[in-house]
Amino acid sequence: MSRLAPGIAPDLRSNTGGIITPNPFWLASAPPTNSGGQISRAFEAGWGGAVWKTLGSPIQNVSSRFGAVHYKGTRAIGFNNIELITDRPLEVNLREIYEVKKRYPKHGVIVSLMVETRDEWKDLIKRSIDAGADGLELNFGCPHGMCERGMGSAVGQEPALNERITAWAVEYSTVPVLVKLTPNVDEIGPHGLAAQAGGAHGVSLINTIKSIIGVDIERKVLEPRVGGLSTNGGYCGPAVKPIALHMVASLAREERFTLPISGIGGVSNWRDAVEFILLGCSSVQVCTEVMLRGYRVVEDMIEGLTQYMRDHGYANLDAMRGQAVPSYSEWGELNLNYETIAKIDASKCIGCQACVVACHDGAHQCIHPDTNKAVRVPVVDESECVGCNLCQIVCPVPDCISMVEVPNGLRPASWNQHVNEGALLRAKKGVH
Amino acid sequence: MTKLPDDRSEVGFTDYKPAYSQVQAAAEANRCFYCVDAPCIAHCPTAINIPEFIRKISTANVEGAARTIFSSNILGMSCARVCPVEVLCVGACVYNELDAPPIEIGKLQRYATDAAFAAGWEFFAAGPDTGKSVGLIGGGPAALAAAHELRRLGHAVTIYDAGGLLGGLNTTGVAPYKMRADQALVEAEWVLKIGGVEVVQDVQVGRELGFDELQRKHQALVIAVGLGEDRLLPLPGAGLAGIHGAVAFIREFKLNPVDLRGVRHAAVLGGGNTAIDAVRELLGLGVPEVTMVYRGSEAQMSGYAHEWKAAKVDGARAAWRAQPLEYVGDGHVAAVRCARLGEDRRPSGESFEVPADLVLLAIGQARLGVFAAALPGLEVADGRVVVDAEGATGCPGVYAAGDCANGGKEVVNAAAEGKRAAQAIDRYLAGAPGARGVANV
Repeated sequence: MSRLAPGIAPDLRSNTGGIITPNPFWLASAPPTNSGGQISRAFEAGWGGAVWKTLGSPIQNVSSRFGAVHYKGTRAIGFNNIELITDRPLEVNLREIYEVKKRYPKHGVIVSLMVETRDEWKDLIKRSIDAGADGLELNFGCPHGMCERGMGSAVGQEPALNERITAWAVEYSTVPVLVKLTPNVDEIGPHGLAAQAGGAHGVSLINTIKSIIGVDIERKVLEPRVGGLSTNGGYCGPAVKPIALHMVASLAREERFTLPISGIGGVSNWRDAVEFILLGCSSVQVCTEVMLRGYRVVEDMIEGLTQYMRDHGYANLDAMRGQAVPSYSEWGELNLNYETIAKIDASKCIGCQACVVACHDGAHQCIHPDTNKAVRVPVVDESECVGCNLCQIVCPVPDCISMVEVPNGLRPASWNQHVNEGALLRAKKGVH
Repeated sequence: MTKLPDDRSEVGFTDYKPAYSQVQAAAEANRCFYCVDAPCIAHCPTAINIPEFIRKISTANVEGAARTIFSSNILGMSCARVCPVEVLCVGACVYNELDAPPIEIGKLQRYATDAAFAAGWEFFAAGPDTGKSVGLIGGGPAALAAAHELRRLGHAVTIYDAGGLLGGLNTTGVAPYKMRADQALVEAEWVLKIGGVEVVQDVQVGRELGFDELQRKHQALVIAVGLGEDRLLPLPGAGLAGIHGAVAFIREFKLNPVDLRGVRHAAVLGGGNTAIDAVRELLGLGVPEVTMVYRGSEAQMSGYAHEWKAAKVDGARAAWRAQPLEYVGDGHVAAVRCARLGEDRRPSGESFEVPADLVLLAIGQARLGVFAAALPGLEVADGRVVVDAEGATGCPGVYAAGDCANGGKEVVNAAAEGKRAAQAIDRYLAGAPGARGVANV
């Protein structure tokens, strides 16, 4: 691992299965990558790569197409769409790919593809590469519309089909092939391994999650409404990041899986990108945040990532990639003798009692109001506190509640060690 | 409803705290931490469940928000406008501990209560008839709150109001940049929509109508007459034209057009909240120079600091440590001559004149003692009717609430005390444990 020398700027260049981009920030295949004009503006704003909105079989779109979850005044913490692949003529897209690549030779243009037959794949791959594609992304993820026609997630959910079509693409392609995986499966491992067996150069995940974004409670119709009907769509945005992180990390720690990963799912800022990279991603793809706020968000992403790498001494992305993967363990290996309790900093507490009600109603009834009503700093009954974190989560004041490790003198012991070796566990707390 | 003149001078004022739009209300409501055992509730005399009504605004359950407010305080609409929230709920908001802007509770309460008035939502019905009757002397906030609560409890109610307009000082005394008179009248009418409240207006209890007659007709009484007329200063020149009590003057311009075009300088004598209101109102009415004349220092003023700060922004002047000695003028007042007081509030020997073509006295209102003689056991001390924690006087069955009992506080105190007295009367009439004896009926 290369450490960053003082005064040297971190190298943000990214290599995802042979697709080299000036930085790891790519636009995901979606409305922001619908046309050459858009992608040109994105590259001007600083994006390192763009996955062209999926080329493929002819389609027709509906109106409306998008829906969102709003929470407590924050718009679109979750987002979904029932839009399909590109509805523009193939010739127009290919011409624009050519023009963009000519104008931006150092940026990554990855072309997303989705067709049915072997001949169609062969033809479309050739034409995409002829237009100048730096890489291909096989759309095996779309969970609405296209899957009803046997494409998208219908392929991604069948490892044998995934492997076979991947093998066709790899056979016909002279550029790296990424397989975009669907999260609408119970375990991601077999699907990543299928792409690997088919010869893919990398995977990208997650595509959107099958969803119904909401119900119009006045009309009693699902959203987004298409006349009097709607359909399930693909869920994305900040709310899906935890699901994406889990699937990315699951592949990253799968020993047989060796492909580079392009991480997707709720990446909204540089911190999210750092998390994906620490869990093994070579690049990250962004859609929802750009749909909501525009290409300009990449400026802060680049700055934030650069500063993070500087702060942590990472000279390049290879040094940083996957650093959090070893911390992902089975539950049975967790140290049950590791003990924390909540501590409230009285000097910071504002007396809102949010921790009291959360602990009483939602946790283990160990945070109490002070018996002196005039004192509004709650009291933690440390003999009962199980260290669950809920109080810290609800507290509105930064660093007011901290979870403090309690040295209990016991040797580390996991459940597996307890079962297999009779390792001694600490006495349970909060159990009555 | 009583129609007020369209050209009355108060209509020229605009709200000093403009109403929230739906977007503004939602954004502010979403900031609320939804505290448990919230300090804002503890600092509301009517103990409105503030975090709950704010949460309801945040989920667009505005009708529920209004229900929560009115359940605690039927005068929630006017209180939203006139409460000194800076020293009550908003002053207690935990955001202050973070040195961050506290939640604008008054504006959110106004948002919900205005919506209720606009939509005509009705939340309350009269209780089953108990056959008991209560007489309320006075028609201001304390009486209205008591009347509403008594009707919810099923008692018949008669309001005896000395004036021709319900709402008391809410109608005639509130600064118009907080609330206009017509809004207070609308509120009074809205409160009485619960039905079964007989209103007798323009009647002076104790004069045209005897207490003995009221005691024959009603099983309990509530005295809620507020305070009396402005106190005036018997100084040399007190007979000059242009010298008025502040409360009387405010009433006049709220209900009628007044012409202050000839007034170049005005002086307001006093240092309380009525004095500050009068100063701001005179400035708002176009008087170029308005000076508050107060015996103490700025720090000693009994008016709220936040109100005085706003008055200064409006352009108010002040003469601190000034003791009026004489009104100067020829037929019409032209100045107030004042003694300069020292730190010890004794005259320093120096005197000076504050120019004034108009002088308003805001040094307090007369307090009433007429009830003591007529109602055996009822005590008056310091000009206030003496009551216990439930509002009961020493005369069985006679309660008091609002300014006449508390010496002059906020509308929200009157609302709380009126409701509290009503609940105490209910227990008293039922002869329940805790009541002060059993009614002799």
